[in-house]
Amino acid sequence: MKANCWYGKHDVRVETVPDPKILNPRDAIVKITSTAICGSDLHLYNGFVPTMEKGDILGHEFMGEVVEVGSAVKNLQAGDRVVVPFPIACGNCFFCEKKMFSLCENSNPNAPLAEEMWGHSPAGIYGYSHLLGGYAGGQAEYARVPFADVNPIKIPEGLTDEQVLFLSDILPTGYMAAEQCDIEPGDTVAVWGCGPVGQFAIQSAFLLGAERVIAIDRFPNRLRMAEEKLGAVTLNYDEVDVYDALEEMTGDRGPDRCIDAVGMEAHAHGLAGAYDRVKQAAMLETDRPIVLRQAIMCCRNGGTVSVPGVYGGFLDKVPFGAIMNRSLTIKTGQTHVQRYMRPLLERIQKGEIDSTFVITHRMNLADASKGYEMFDNKEDNCVKIVLKP
Amino acid sequence: MDNNFIKEAMEDEERLARGLGWFSIGLGIAGLFMPGRMAKMAGVDDDEHEGTIRFVGLREIACGIGILSQPRPAGWVWARVAGDAMDLALLGAAFTSDKHNRAQVCATTVAIAGITALDLNCAQRLSSKSGSKGGAVHVERSITVNRPPEELYNFWHNFEGLPRFMNHLKSVKQSGDGHSHWIARGPAGTDVEWDAEITEDKPNECIAWRSLEGSDVDNAGVVRFERAPGGRGTVVKVEMDYNPPAGVLGAKIAKLFAQAPEKQVHVDLHRFKQFVETGEIPTTRGQPAGRPSSTSKKFDEPVRRGF
Ligand SMILES: NC(=O)c1ccc[n+]([C@@H]2O[C@H](COP(=O)([O-])OP(=O)(O)OC[C@H]3O[C@@H](n4cnc5c(N)ncnc54)[C@H](O)[C@@H]3O)[C@@H](O)[C@H]2O)c1
Ligand SMILES: [Zn+2]
Ligand SMILES: [Zn+2]
Repeated sequence: MKANCWYGKHDVRVETVPDPKILNPRDAIVKITSTAICGSDLHLYNGFVPTMEKGDILGHEFMGEVVEVGSAVKNLQAGDRVVVPFPIACGNCFFCEKKMFSLCENSNPNAPLAEEMWGHSPAGIYGYSHLLGGYAGGQAEYARVPFADVNPIKIPEGLTDEQVLFLSDILPTGYMAAEQCDIEPGDTVAVWGCGPVGQFAIQSAFLLGAERVIAIDRFPNRLRMAEEKLGAVTLNYDEVDVYDALEEMTGDRGPDRCIDAVGMEAHAHGLAGAYDRVKQAAMLETDRPIVLRQAIMCCRNGGTVSVPGVYGGFLDKVPFGAIMNRSLTIKTGQTHVQRYMRPLLERIQKGEIDSTFVITHRMNLADASKGYEMFDNKEDNCVKIVLKP
Repeated sequence: MDNNFIKEAMEDEERLARGLGWFSIGLGIAGLFMPGRMAKMAGVDDDEHEGTIRFVGLREIACGIGILSQPRPAGWVWARVAGDAMDLALLGAAFTSDKHNRAQVCATTVAIAGITALDLNCAQRLSSKSGSKGGAVHVERSITVNRPPEELYNFWHNFEGLPRFMNHLKSVKQSGDGHSHWIARGPAGTDVEWDAEITEDKPNECIAWRSLEGSDVDNAGVVRFERAPGGRGTVVKVEMDYNPPAGVLGAKIAKLFAQAPEKQVHVDLHRFKQFVETGEIPTTRGQPAGRPSSTSKKFDEPVRRGF
């Protein structure tokens, strides 16, 4: 089959690889009909995630048709149309029972590696480094889905791929980012990053009762999308000082809830940007926590900083004093996608949520490499790319 | 059985240490040959500090070479921590004098504080691994399994099933009278064998065993099953003692067990948990990849082999 493989920084290529096989009784094989490139993939593309190996198959946002199931999978059969959540969960462990699926204790075969890095291991994730299991991903024609009896969600007739594909990751991710803010009536929510995750965080913040959402980015097309499609107020950090602007907009108090939908590759002008770039390049820090610092400093006393943005390792100069002295709550995590798929699917069916508005480009899987470059550089007003095998 | 995984983990820390080593040398050379530039960058822009900066430069180079030339660089990394602390103190002094550009001194302090944190982290991790014990090895490790003690006790009691999740075990044969014959993968393709007897057997609570006279490796162990509080399953605790014999093979075995016994038991226990909780052991071996091997030789295989 054809699959998009990682070969190094800025080097991904669609190659011919063997077809996946059933390896365990609870596996299924899915023939992929739609797959997407995620902002998280850019961290791999830009070489910021350790333990990648040449030849790793990328992709964790995919859906398709079941073509084969293992002997222990009784609830799926060939022909079923499914969306696959990006964290792999077993359904049996302490965390799966608590519905914290991205913390599954069993799905990462390389848990001892992750423990070296993070103290304890989270769940395995498709196509997201060997620290998270080294699983082949879904930017391919077929994928092997472990624990297929508990992970994929069946999609009813009458919905297009594009309507449901993002249940695999970014729609639940935006939703969880807003949900964990514990939004109260009258709240102002500030969202850093107007990529797909930021857009869905804004949408969900409104669904969950936010009075006002302030969207922050520097790309006019992304800001316009947040304003026109979702009704957010926008701030271009190229033009204004974000802290000052937020103070002014919130009567000197700061936004009640702040969402960092940017993560480890945040961009900044001037000294602050240079400082983190140099340290990251010299391997003296693994991430550039520019947005995280800003979100913490801007958040109102007793407010919540929700962090869907991905961080990998050791961050410098994160103002923990501000968190402690001002009673801030930090909420973060890889999304517990399985928890949100069904309720969000129902809202899509009822027409309460539309997630197709973020799609700006549709391409062939064969052009994945061009897609990565375009998405990374935000060329051609690119927001989200869907690939067709 | 080999120790790639542990080597890998150590190598990561050593790579970090080496990175710090080169960073030291780079910083040192800059301090030595361009003290003026360095002083300006650090915000202490005047002649009286050039000597200090040259000294700091020398110290950095010594430290860097120390880190790079040591097979186990823990001591030299601690020297860097001390050095970082000194830099902070020097900058602290600069901070109180009006002549200096405060913003810049502040930025430098902040940068060095970051380096200190990294050094500290690295030194602590290297130190905790140093100091291997020769001869007898004692290992203790536990894991929480989301199943009742009765089920786990029964599963474990069938020793012949242990090789399913214990990678370094080839086979176990039970002979009914509480005796069993164990074959494990030894160094360089050899087998290590021993006979064992059960010394304690409390249903649903614990099983203890001990090797008999004439074993390749003298060993004894106990596995306990304790009900976890709040209905959270069972805490499985394993304790083992190895006493490898004298001689060349003995030394090899001793080395093998002394290097990563905790990790080996840990990986085995994790696989045990995976198997009893999910009914299978998650794997990626046999999956497709854009390279000849399905898994990563560097990252996956060492863990799969149990090192
Ligand atoms: N928690 C999860 O489970 C999960 C799931 C999916 C994605 N993510 C993460 O969410 C983040 C965003 O993903 P995406 O797909 O939207 O990526 P994206 O690259 O499309 O969006 C990131 C946006 O952040 C903006 N940005 C950069 N620096 C900024 C700054 N200083 N201030 C404000 N905005 C800034 C960029 O201009 C860009 O529009 C990534 O870190 C990704 O890894 C997390
Ligand atoms: Zn994603
Ligand atoms: Zn689980």
